[in-house]
Amino acid sequence: MLRMTGIGKSFLGVRVLGGVDLEVSAGEVHAVVGENGAGKSTLMKILAGVHAPDEGTIEIDGRSVAFGHPVEAQRAGVAIIYQELTLLPERTVAENVFLGREPVRRGLVDRAAMETATGELLKSLGEESFGPRDLVRRLSVARQQVVEIAKALSLNARIVVMDEPTAPLADHEVELLYTLVRRLTARGIAVLYVSHRLREIFDLADRITVLKDGARVTTTEASSLDTAGLVRLMVGRELDSYYPPRAADPPGEVLLSVRGGGNARLRDIDLDLRAGEIVGVAGLQGSGRTELAKALFGAEPFTTGEMTPRRPRSVREAIAAGIGLVTEDRKAEGLLLNQRVRDNALLVARATGAPQPRTGVERLLERVRLSPPRPAQEVRLLSGGNQQKVVLAKWMTVAPRVLLFDEPTRGVDVGAKAAIHDLMRELSQDGMAILMISSELPELIGMSDRIVVLRDGRLAGELPAGSTEEAVMSLAAAS
Amino acid sequence: MTQQLKLGRVPAGGALLRRISADRPARPVYVALALLVVLGWLVFALDGGTFLGQENIVGIQQRSAALGIVAVGQTLVILAGSLDLSVAYLISLTSLVTAEIMAGADANVPAAVAAALAVSALIGLANGLIVTRLRVHAFIATLGVALVVRGALDARYDGPAGSVPESFQHLGYDRIGPLPVSALLWAAVAACAWLLLSRTRLGYRIYAVGGDAEVARLSGVRTERVVVVAHVLCSVCAGIAGLLLASRLGAGAPTVGTDGGYDLESIAAVVLGGTALAGGRGGVAGTVGGVLLLAVLDSIFNQLEVNSFAKDVVRGVILVAALAIYARGRRTR
Amino acid sequence: MRRALPIFVVLAGLLVAIAVVNPYFLEPPAFLAFVKRAAPLVILAAGQYFVIVSGEFDLSVGSLVTAEVVIAARLIDGSAEATWPVLALMIAFGLIVGLVNGVVTTLLRVPSFITTLGMLLILSGAVFLWTGGSPRGALSEQFRQLGRGSLGPVPWSVLILAVVAAAAVWATRARFGHTLVAAGDNDRAAALSGVRVARVRTVAFMISGLSAAVAAILLGGFAGVSAQVGKGLEFQAITAVVLGGVALGGGRGSVAAAMAGAFTLEALFTLLNLYGISGALEPAVQGVIIIAAVALGAVRFPRARAAAAS
Repeated sequence: MLRMTGIGKSFLGVRVLGGVDLEVSAGEVHAVVGENGAGKSTLMKILAGVHAPDEGTIEIDGRSVAFGHPVEAQRAGVAIIYQELTLLPERTVAENVFLGREPVRRGLVDRAAMETATGELLKSLGEESFGPRDLVRRLSVARQQVVEIAKALSLNARIVVMDEPTAPLADHEVELLYTLVRRLTARGIAVLYVSHRLREIFDLADRITVLKDGARVTTTEASSLDTAGLVRLMVGRELDSYYPPRAADPPGEVLLSVRGGGNARLRDIDLDLRAGEIVGVAGLQGSGRTELAKALFGAEPFTTGEMTPRRPRSVREAIAAGIGLVTEDRKAEGLLLNQRVRDNALLVARATGAPQPRTGVERLLERVRLSPPRPAQEVRLLSGGNQQKVVLAKWMTVAPRVLLFDEPTRGVDVGAKAAIHDLMRELSQDGMAILMISSELPELIGMSDRIVVLRDGRLAGELPAGSTEEAVMSLAAAS
Repeated sequence: MTQQLKLGRVPAGGALLRRISADRPARPVYVALALLVVLGWLVFALDGGTFLGQENIVGIQQRSAALGIVAVGQTLVILAGSLDLSVAYLISLTSLVTAEIMAGADANVPAAVAAALAVSALIGLANGLIVTRLRVHAFIATLGVALVVRGALDARYDGPAGSVPESFQHLGYDRIGPLPVSALLWAAVAACAWLLLSRTRLGYRIYAVGGDAEVARLSGVRTERVVVVAHVLCSVCAGIAGLLLASRLGAGAPTVGTDGGYDLESIAAVVLGGTALAGGRGGVAGTVGGVLLLAVLDSIFNQLEVNSFAKDVVRGVILVAALAIYARGRRTR
Repeated sequence: MRRALPIFVVLAGLLVAIAVVNPYFLEPPAFLAFVKRAAPLVILAAGQYFVIVSGEFDLSVGSLVTAEVVIAARLIDGSAEATWPVLALMIAFGLIVGLVNGVVTTLLRVPSFITTLGMLLILSGAVFLWTGGSPRGALSEQFRQLGRGSLGPVPWSVLILAVVAAAAVWATRARFGHTLVAAGDNDRAAALSGVRVARVRTVAFMISGLSAAVAAILLGGFAGVSAQVGKGLEFQAITAVVLGGVALGGGRGSVAAAMAGAFTLEALFTLLNLYGISGALEPAVQGVIIIAAVALGAVRFPRARAAAAS
């Protein structure tokens, strides 16, 4: 149904895609995988008419097409569902579904027709928990995704591109998405599925196209591959070499200790973090993982319980007590994107009046393996991996004793991921206590010296290093 | 919320409820307005006047009309995520254009009206193009245009000029029954804007562009065109207000717009009505409420013979307090 | 710093253009007179810079200047002894107004455009309510010296400007300046890094109030007491800051460039006068030039964005 041939694209002289071919047939789920920077997003944006390719052709049903604007791609039956949803929160579901092509009768928008059609679309997607007149702002992210898909269907889309659709979803909502994808393919719609999460790819995909460094490595039946094989194709090396060795010495003194910690989202938290130890935190979305980090960090403080050092009531108290937090959402909560690397690295020191590092920012940037270590560069121009390293540098300037990591490698390519893992282990060996939240189980198991599991805001249990994914999941999901 | 929705799905009563709920941000201003009317009624009763008497109501309507018309236009640009600081000078300009072209003769009325509206449309077009094509922040762009208009006014006029024929003054002073013509004009402008926002594609796109320009663009909305059209409509509203003021004064005046403080006051009325300064949320109903609120307040002050400077103080306090309450409401939700 | 460069080039160009018409302009007396004339606006622009770079607006400075001058005239009423206490009071009043603006904006979360618009209404109303409609009283001779007089050949206002400029530059280089820019760029990230966002923003508003007080002291001496003395200054100050390449919305730009923007605006007025463009057309030319300057500044922006996208 869709054939892309020899697609090439350069930005400012840098070639990001070259000679990529992609064929998709009706009714299949076709996964597109690759490391960050492999060119997946660019390829999808070319298909969706956001970028024009420098070379190559796109055919739909054998007819050659060229899109100058997303709307032209929509008309040709290509719909794209972005990672960041493209809905207007203050408008109703129906108004969003028909945005830009509202039905008109006698010069006025035909609301009745719009709402009826939207209602039918929602029904066909099995969605009954909300209606066409609800404000999008009031829907959960998963429901908003349903609205996006309804929008795609109302466009008579025949090819639906989903770019990391599960990234914003809670775990139980992922099943919902699976059902939706299957409903789409049952109608003969082709789904192009872009994701970092390998499990989803094997759950859903019929065929897989692997991209690496802007070129296609292969397209193959999903059933002919296993996870290790897929990673080998993506990265060109084995999975095992990912994680640095665990601590050889037994952990040292307790640097942070909570007894009976609780607030609106957490209850009865008992936790000790020791020098030289990496403690992993597992749990489903909504289990209170991020809330735990924010409570320890004083951003959403504990209201009950004992804590050593003294329970922080604010971020500043936590920082003064030697606690730092690497937030989940780097761009929104971690960085000053328009400022230089240097100003970001010095932010915490400046904000709290701590002395600035004597060795200089340059040394620090080398230590976090920023490449290239240019302190005058603006942070928004850096890759995700380098941005995360700047966040790390920001905390290392004040040498915290306890560092909390919330999804430290989300949206970071494999090379930078390894560098960050090495650094975390290095910091821990230097005597720091580290808490790491991750929804990627292999990472959690590969990095942690022990794993605490959260469920519904409480501790569900603790597992030793080297536990299996099954053990973690069964503890996290038990009811 | 859920209950409202269930009601909304009943076909017969649905339309009205939906209309109210679509303009939900306007609700607080009407609650405040109702309270103020009660307060006004009390004040008048104690002071020996009749608040709900025809004279006072007509007074409120007349005072509101010019500001109301400008504020309706301002609502459109603010919803689209922009802002217009040039309306005050534009009002002066159109009042002069009107009065000079009319030159006291009935025959010139149509030409003068057409010219005033054309001039305002052109200024709006300039505002819109500077904001969209030259990518100048609306604050600076419309401020710059305001300076240009001011320069033109300063260069040509020292005081009132031109004159308006008697026939045209009916617009400013006549009544149809209890309703002043000017209030009817305001109502018509507001109704048009309401219809535009809630029932036309352009209106939907204004909300979309103000809510999230990138989302609108990806959905095929020509965002720049929408912003330009919103600016043109806003300026035309200011032009209509200029016509109205010319008919009241019987002449054009280079300071009529700035003396009324229509630029900042119209923005104040819009945000009082619950429209978000950042765009994408709110509506005309709220703005009408905001303008009425200011007018009722004015009439209470007049009855109490409060010094005009004290009015400014109270207005400032109310404006800030209202926005503080809105901010609270949205945070706790 | 690279981003700030264009405004200095424009300023130099304007100064040269003035010197071509009036060769004496670059000689000390004429030039100092120019700086003296520009001082109040430059000081206001420096104050406004702190508010704008933190992501807010301050529309109240114009009416604050008027209020300060009118209050000073009424309280001093020509008496020499009252001068210094009243000066201190003016400074305190400026700081308090800034404090209120800051607290309402940060703690009550009212958009600063509205907060300071409300403050504008309140100040202009309250001051005339107090004085009964028109300014009364008079400033003392000592007071007026600050705006008019000079120390040797150098006007007092130029000295005051130099001190203000040095203090402003120092403040942006200090911790405070960096955390303020951080709050303007991304207040959430700044807060999670330990920045007291509400406090630094409030301090920025207080600096703006302080700058209005200082500008009022100079203007009161220079221009005298009137109800119009501060009229439109808020817009001029914001224009000057934006002209200096400081982004509305916060997080970008330098205070030196903002002050250069104010000088540029003042040089523009001077040049227009020299070329005999009538006082009436002045605002028109000013408006066109402001739009043009900001538009030219904006044109470079998309390219930087494209680089970021790749």
